[in-house]
Amino acid sequence: MSEPLLSVRDLTLRFGAVTAFAGVSFDVARGELFAVIGPNGAGKSSLFNALSRVYEPCDGAVTFDGRDFLRLRPRQLAGIGIARSFQNLGVFPALTVLENVMVGRHHLMRAGALRGGLGLARAEELRHRHAALEAMEFVGIRSLADAAVQTLPYGLQKRVELARCLAMEPRVMLLDEPVAGMNAAERAEIAELVARVHAERELTLLIVEHDMAMVMKVAERILVLDFGEPIAIGTPAEVQRDERVIRAYLGEELEVAA
Amino acid sequence: MTQFLQLLFEGVSLGATYALVALGFVVIYRASGVINFAQGAMLLLGAYLISWMAVDVGLPFGVAVLAAMGALGAFGAGFHRVALRRVVGQPTFVLVMITIGASIAVSAAVEAVFGDNQRLLGDPWGSSTFHVGAITVTWVKFWGIVVAAVALAVYFSFDRFTRWGLAMRATAGDEEATLSAGVPVGRVHALTWALAGAMATLGGLFLAGFPSAPAHGLGDAALRAFPAVVLGGLSSSVGAVAGGVLIGVVEVMTSGYAPSWLGTNFYAVAPYVVMIAILLVRPYGLLGVKPAERL
Repeated sequence: MSEPLLSVRDLTLRFGAVTAFAGVSFDVARGELFAVIGPNGAGKSSLFNALSRVYEPCDGAVTFDGRDFLRLRPRQLAGIGIARSFQNLGVFPALTVLENVMVGRHHLMRAGALRGGLGLARAEELRHRHAALEAMEFVGIRSLADAAVQTLPYGLQKRVELARCLAMEPRVMLLDEPVAGMNAAERAEIAELVARVHAERELTLLIVEHDMAMVMKVAERILVLDFGEPIAIGTPAEVQRDERVIRAYLGEELEVAA
Repeated sequence: MTQFLQLLFEGVSLGATYALVALGFVVIYRASGVINFAQGAMLLLGAYLISWMAVDVGLPFGVAVLAAMGALGAFGAGFHRVALRRVVGQPTFVLVMITIGASIAVSAAVEAVFGDNQRLLGDPWGSSTFHVGAITVTWVKFWGIVVAAVALAVYFSFDRFTRWGLAMRATAGDEEATLSAGVPVGRVHALTWALAGAMATLGGLFLAGFPSAPAHGLGDAALRAFPAVVLGGLSSSVGAVAGGVLIGVVEVMTSGYAPSWLGTNFYAVAPYVVMIAILLVRPYGLLGVKPAERL
């Protein structure tokens, strides 16, 4: 196997005396669909936020494509090919679907405000517009281009967010609980969409998710966290058989103290 | 009827100027949630810079105006960079306090440099007029409407059709998501401050025109545009323009028609009366949107 795209070593995050997670290590290979799961409070969201440069880890190292990831600023992530989605939707409610997706093209645009404003960058604008429409087509919302996002149901708003991530032409997509707050039908649709993004776009995906069913269906490898500690890593089949994972999810019978 | 049309024209002209000042508030508020209390001081500084460049330096008036707009744009962006970027992540209240401090400092600096006498604006129009039917039109009020219309058209096309305009609107919607999409949000904020500086300068230009003049009271005029911002809806550009024109017309009409028992300065109170009346019916302003809450 070639060198991993994302490599996490002994990553630790504490808030004062509270440890969010400690000693987390894993590699994500190029083109892999990797998932992090765990019960409530296991440290999933904290790990996600550390990987999207929102929280500063206390210890450990992260390399992305050979460079020191922890020295990058949040606004540099898009430029090196990292797109993220948000657990509670990161869309712009007052803007149209097309405008939402076009924001993802901002960092790829070259023409300055003046040239763009005077309409001298028409060719470039059309190219970006085309790319945005293509991303919308992929997630199945092209016909909604001019609808204001706030008028759409939750599941479609999630697709808008995913289309924006795709329009950024990333190498990695970080998805923070993509099916949180959805009903069963919406969850299945988004799971299917995520699997298609992975299969057809040759993207590396890192998903942090609470929903077991979705993860077991789409992920190639899974890291399981429990109380901030990694307890298992492997394919869905391996993880499902793991004693500690079963105990973490189903609990163990307490022995009654004599 | 003649008096009505006369007052209407003057009200719309004053309102157009208020619209520019109000838009300056809104551009910054929309992107960062900060109410910029230094808007009045920026307006004052802009008017004095125009006056200085047109009268003392002797530049052609149009050049002086554009140069002052550029200077205030740079001042706004620089102020954001030097004073506000350091306190990112602090409560909005802290940023608002900094703008109040800046307002005091800039006003004092203007007085220290230019003295406390009224100055000449240096505009080519002075008090000259022309007539349309029975209405007397002062050139300065005429240009006030034209320039504001052009400036607003430029602003709205920029906001609507350019990628930085889109970036401003996205930042207003969700700053974290905008950042994650690769938009340099710090630069977007600096841009809003630059735009507010340029608009304040144009506001200062027409508020300092005949029969007024560049003087220290100018900064307070920005506060007279404040009811326009509030009644339009703090985060709505279109609302700021509508509110500005409405307040201008109300102010001028009141000065013309208010019965004497209300006192001679009731026109200064009238905008607030209108603002309160509108807020009673529409608490988020004419075009403001009630913020959605996730349950």
